[in-house]
Parts: sequence; C-alpha cells; structure tokens
Amino acid sequence: MKFSNLQKFLWALVAIAVIGLSGAAFWQKRPDTNPMIYSPPALVADFSLTDHNGNLRTDEDFTGKWLLVFFGFTNCPDICPTSLSEIAVVMDDLQEKASAVQPLFITIDPKRDTPEVLAEYVTLFHPAILGLSGSLEQIEQTGKSFKIFYEKLQQDQAPDGYTMSHSSSLFLFDSNGHFVRSFAYGTQASKIVEDIKSRL
Amino acid sequence: MINKLLILIAVTVTFVNIPAYAQTRDVTITRQWARASIGTMRPTAAYLTITNNGKDAVILDRIKTKIAAMAHIHNSTTNAKGISSMAPAGEIRIEPNQSVTLQPSGLHIMLMDLQRPLIKGDSFELTLIFENGQHITTDVPVLAISARGPKE
Repeated sequence: MKFSNLQKFLWALVAIAVIGLSGAAFWQKRPDTNPMIYSPPALVADFSLTDHNGNLRTDEDFTGKWLLVFFGFTNCPDICPTSLSEIAVVMDDLQEKASAVQPLFITIDPKRDTPEVLAEYVTLFHPAILGLSGSLEQIEQTGKSFKIFYEKLQQDQAPDGYTMSHSSSLFLFDSNGHFVRSFAYGTQASKIVEDIKSRL
Repeated sequence: MINKLLILIAVTVTFVNIPAYAQTRDVTITRQWARASIGTMRPTAAYLTITNNGKDAVILDRIKTKIAAMAHIHNSTTNAKGISSMAPAGEIRIEPNQSVTLQPSGLHIMLMDLQRPLIKGDSFELTLIFENGQHITTDVPVLAISARGPKE
C-alpha cells in the first residue's frame, strides 16, 4: 500500500491527535498530588472595640448570645438607616426570643464615628443595638477578621469630601461566636426573623 | 399694519408658551418624605416619586431647599459581592407617562450642610427644577429616622 504525500500528511495528523488526546486523558486521570482543598474558613467573631457607652468590648463578652452584625457609618443617609431600621423590626418581631440576640453596628468610619457619635445614632433605631468603634487599626483588624470589604471613596458631593463603600450584608453568629450565615442587604425583616427563630 | 403684526406675534408667543405651562401641571410629585436627621452635622435623605403625564420627556436639573445648602440626587447600589456604595446619580430623565421613584436602597435626595435639624413631625419645602425651566415646589414631611417609606 502506497500513500500519497497528502495521505501521509493526514495520517501524521491523526497520529499526533491520538497521542495528544491520550496524553490529555492521562493527565486528567493522574491522581492529584496537590489537591486544592476548598473549605470556607470557619469564621469566628473576633474583635476588641469600644461600645457606644465607652466600654471596651470583645467577642467574649457576648458568649451565650447570638450576634447580628452590620457594618456601616453614620454619614450614610440611605443604606445604613435602612438596614438599622430592618434590624429594629427584627428585634421587635423576635419578641421573647429577642433577648437571645445581640445586634451590633460596627462603624467602618471610626474617624468620624466616635463612641459618642454612635451613641446618639444607634439608639434612635432600637435600644438593643450596640454601636462599636475603635482606632483605625482596630477597625481594620475587625474588618479582616470578619472578612468584610470597605473602602474610602473620594467624592466632592459628600460630607468631608468622602463616602464609604462597604459590605452591607447582615452576619449571623451563633451563641459560641461561630459564623452561621449572612443575609444580603435588603432581605426582608420577616425572613430574617423566621430564620433566626428556627435556629433558637 | 404694525399693530396687526404685534398681535400676531403676541398670539404666537402665547400659544407657543402654553405647552410649557401645561407641562408644569403634567409633572406631579407624590409620596414625598424625608428621614429625620441627627442634628445638622450628618446628611439625611429625602424620597419622592416624580410622574410625568406630559407629552415630552423632562429632565431634572437640580433641587433647591432652604433646609440644606447642598441637595443632590445620589444612587445607592449593592453589587453581587454584597458591597454597597453611593454616587451621584447623573441625569434623571422621566419619559412621558413614566415615573421615577426615589426610595430607600436606590435613588435619593441627599441633603447635606443642613441649616437646621430635620425633626420628626416637621415639614420643609423642596423645589425641583427641570431643564425646561419648570419649577415644582412640594412640602416634604419629616418621618422618624427609622421610617422605611412614606406614610400611606
């Protein structure tokens, strides 16, 4: 059997394809010696901050209570009051179970949001909400431990020339301080109440 | 002859202007409310619905109110990663027979440099000025800081 040049060329292509495919199959079947183990870190509430009454507070102070944590800043006229109002409704609607839950509002703008400023802010929404502030470093550390994002944005049309963008989800921690879940911004208070009640 | 010409001009000008006046009545403001402030140092927000019943699109140019030296329309957005931020909203254009609603978590009038605190139960005047020159002044009631929408 004689092959024309074209046939030789085509057979060569077939051979290359077979070698390539089997090689790919081999690589795929090869046991993964360095597997990427994906497991989300067990997030544990970890902070040391000053509350709106001027007392130093750490996560350990809240052992035994479920935590509902929201990050924000008081120069925020829309997102933060909306969320804090939702939290207020959640606390009211939890009724007798409300005492098991501690809502925390942690500022990501500690330069402006001193404990005194937080005191006149958070209490307007619900007496149970505790405001937490600290030094820039303490807030940075807290942000890292909660794995939240926040950023200062220069903006002419904002008080002091800046605004903050920030994670606006609500974070739920169990009575041992272990992360349970987050509620996306805008989750209805009734849904949050239902979820928390089912866990308590 | 000159008189006739003047009358013709006057009549023409009048009729040309009529649509502009009609338009003013065609744009309505409803569901207006503002969130109580904490003193005057921090901004607060006002919300309302602008409805255009006219035949032409209208574009909001600016907002004036004696209660705040700065009143701008801002937009809050939350991305897929759950990060919220706020920025000037840009052009607010309302097409004929359409409404634009300013409400929590979205478009809002950011009131800055407050001249006096906004106290629950009070109200204040706010004027919307459109690019075609029309002004609409509305009385905005101040609701609690924890209010979540206008009073029905």
